[in-house]
Amino acid sequence: MNVIAPAKVAENDEQPFYQPHHKIYPQSVHGTFRRIKWFVLLVTLGIYYLTPFIRWDRGPGEPSQAVLIDFPHRRFYFFFIEIWPQEVYYITGLLILAALALFLMNAVAGRVWCGYLCPQTVWSDLFLLIERWTEGDRRERIKADGGPWTANLVARKTAKHFLWLMAAWWTGGAWVLYFADAPTLVHDLATFRAPPIAYIWIGILTFTTYSLAGYMREQVCLYMCPWPRIQAALTDEDAFNVSYRLDRGEPRMSVKKSIAARARGEAAGDCVDCHQCVVVCPTGVDIRDGPNLGCIQCGLCIDACDAIMARLDRPTRLIAYDTDINIRARMQGKPTITRIMRPRTVLYAGLIAVVGGLMLAGLLTRTVTSINVIHDRNPEYVLLSDGGVRNAYGIRVLNRRTTARRFAVAVAGLPGAALDVVGATKVDGRQVVEVGPDQTREVRAIVSVNGSAANSTPIRFVITDLADGSAASATDNFRGPGAS
Amino acid sequence: MAEPDRPHIDTLTGIPTTGHEWDGLTELNQPLPRWWLWIFYATIVFAVGYWIVYPSWPLISSSTNGVLGWHSRTAVVEALDELKASRATDVAQLAATPIDKISSVPAVFDFTLAYGRAAFGNNCAPCHGAGGGGALGYPNLIDDDWLWGGTIDAIRQTITYGIRNANPDSRQSAMPAFGREGTLNNTQIFNVANYVRSLSGLKLSPSADIAAGAKIFADNCAVCHGADAKGNRAVGAPNLTDAVWLYGSSLAAIITTITNARNSSMPAWGERLDPTTIKALTVYVHSLGGGE
Repeated sequence: MNVIAPAKVAENDEQPFYQPHHKIYPQSVHGTFRRIKWFVLLVTLGIYYLTPFIRWDRGPGEPSQAVLIDFPHRRFYFFFIEIWPQEVYYITGLLILAALALFLMNAVAGRVWCGYLCPQTVWSDLFLLIERWTEGDRRERIKADGGPWTANLVARKTAKHFLWLMAAWWTGGAWVLYFADAPTLVHDLATFRAPPIAYIWIGILTFTTYSLAGYMREQVCLYMCPWPRIQAALTDEDAFNVSYRLDRGEPRMSVKKSIAARARGEAAGDCVDCHQCVVVCPTGVDIRDGPNLGCIQCGLCIDACDAIMARLDRPTRLIAYDTDINIRARMQGKPTITRIMRPRTVLYAGLIAVVGGLMLAGLLTRTVTSINVIHDRNPEYVLLSDGGVRNAYGIRVLNRRTTARRFAVAVAGLPGAALDVVGATKVDGRQVVEVGPDQTREVRAIVSVNGSAANSTPIRFVITDLADGSAASATDNFRGPGAS
Repeated sequence: MAEPDRPHIDTLTGIPTTGHEWDGLTELNQPLPRWWLWIFYATIVFAVGYWIVYPSWPLISSSTNGVLGWHSRTAVVEALDELKASRATDVAQLAATPIDKISSVPAVFDFTLAYGRAAFGNNCAPCHGAGGGGALGYPNLIDDDWLWGGTIDAIRQTITYGIRNANPDSRQSAMPAFGREGTLNNTQIFNVANYVRSLSGLKLSPSADIAAGAKIFADNCAVCHGADAKGNRAVGAPNLTDAVWLYGSSLAAIITTITNARNSSMPAWGERLDPTTIKALTVYVHSLGGGE
């Protein structure tokens, strides 16, 4: 805690401008949750670094990368899914799903995201691993930082920063691979022929990874991230959280004192105040203070405490995933209850099912052919010399197949209508428009009728694939000078 | 502030307070970390650098220029040059393709229409309307009625040299002001106007002498508009038997036209636009619906 020199305060009653930084030296730990975290780290980093290299055959002329964000051609590819810019609502849906999944995780087991899955946690863990390899564990690091600069320390620090920069560089390197053909880009990067923007982005991500995972670490969770604030408002007494079971732990005292106290028949908690839960904590909080904004609930204190409890022949899980309501129940001697299924979790799960179902339905019913029509607004119609009426439309034909296709354009619903599609070729009296692979084409359609038409007649534009007969249509109105 | 020589410490949390109190509520002092302050100071330094490098401080009639010499106008020019460079291939292709072949090369045709639409919006829309629908006195370019011809060649000729302007090659013709010049009197004009309306089957005035009107038409109007009144594109004389009326078909509008004549003009765009743009405009106008 920062303490102000009383003399200074006496002068002007000022408080410090900033929170002094206490560097955190998390100690290594072994146990169930550490193993889970290593596993999650391997899987998530593996997904991140390797996904761009997964190939997916989409046919000639199409990108063969499974996951690709193709900005120049305005396409997003995800395995069998190909998203066009106007279908950005799939991304919206994904974001909604992600938020709901976060809420559900939180309602069931607290900050699962923070503790195991958040990139800030995963990369910080990776960087801590490198730090431990090069500089040693907590004690060695504290000692070295407090002591003189020796050649050995300089070598260790140099190695650490080199490895950090390598990891950060590869993080940025993998990032850019999602935006271009990965093998080609790797080759271009290695031979210094990649576009400058690739190097710029790698540089930016190298810097952010290096500073966020190397230096900022818990500061990101404490000061930058909004989720701890939101999470605190979303959690409830039935949610499992990494908790210190104060019903069992208090009053905390040393092993000797607790033996003496128990011999006297006095209450003595299982907590021996060894501070192992604090020294392993990556954000430097004391879990025994209760739910805490700084606690990312990674479970490492559970491992640390279990090791001590096992050594003392006391039951493990003095710190454990537990709920507020059960801690209170045990203190009052009531039976504990676990309620995973409750309105909150059911609602979140239901919403996830609904949004996911809608997205799936959208994907399954996604068409490979479609047509949009926009009626000319100025003018809405023109009169012809024989008294007939002419309307013009912009029609946009979408071809989501990977081959060029030819469509016959026709208009229905208006007897005697003559259709002229600008730029179409005439095949057997039909107006045929060719649309390139995976493209749209906009053409002007001019519809004319003899004699005066009613004010507004609904008409339908139909496109028919000449090769397979599949069709799509769109409706609009034919307008005239009638009783308007 | 009971004890001014010591920071107030909140008894429950042990955290110093800011010393502010509202009805017994005090505020814990939770200052930002130092790095956050550094970032704040860095933004100030950045702002100073920005003042030096970019135009920033307003002066009486200008502003400081900045050492980089950046200017929004030069940036626009550069952006336009970049745009032109990115279109150079397409424009070259458009320039190289004969005008009557453009519609048969889809890629060139699509580009030409887009190019033509943009040029139309910049130059032609004020009179002919954004969609080419025209207005009273400004011909509709979507219908099938043309004063000077609707073929590619005729449209290009009209756009390049214009109508009734100072350009020696512009399309020339002038309808006499039959009333104002005293060639016809009011009754004659009334009769011939009714005769013209009769050609399109429009409602006639009961007092009109159609036969007399027909005679007046044959004597005065047929030389340009034709004995059958179907017009003459060589002199831009409109077809008077169809449903399209540039200045309106009401009796009053027609009487006004015969009395005072209407001789509107169009600029010679060849004097202002490059041949490629004229070419694109020609193809675009031809594609609007009435192209012959």
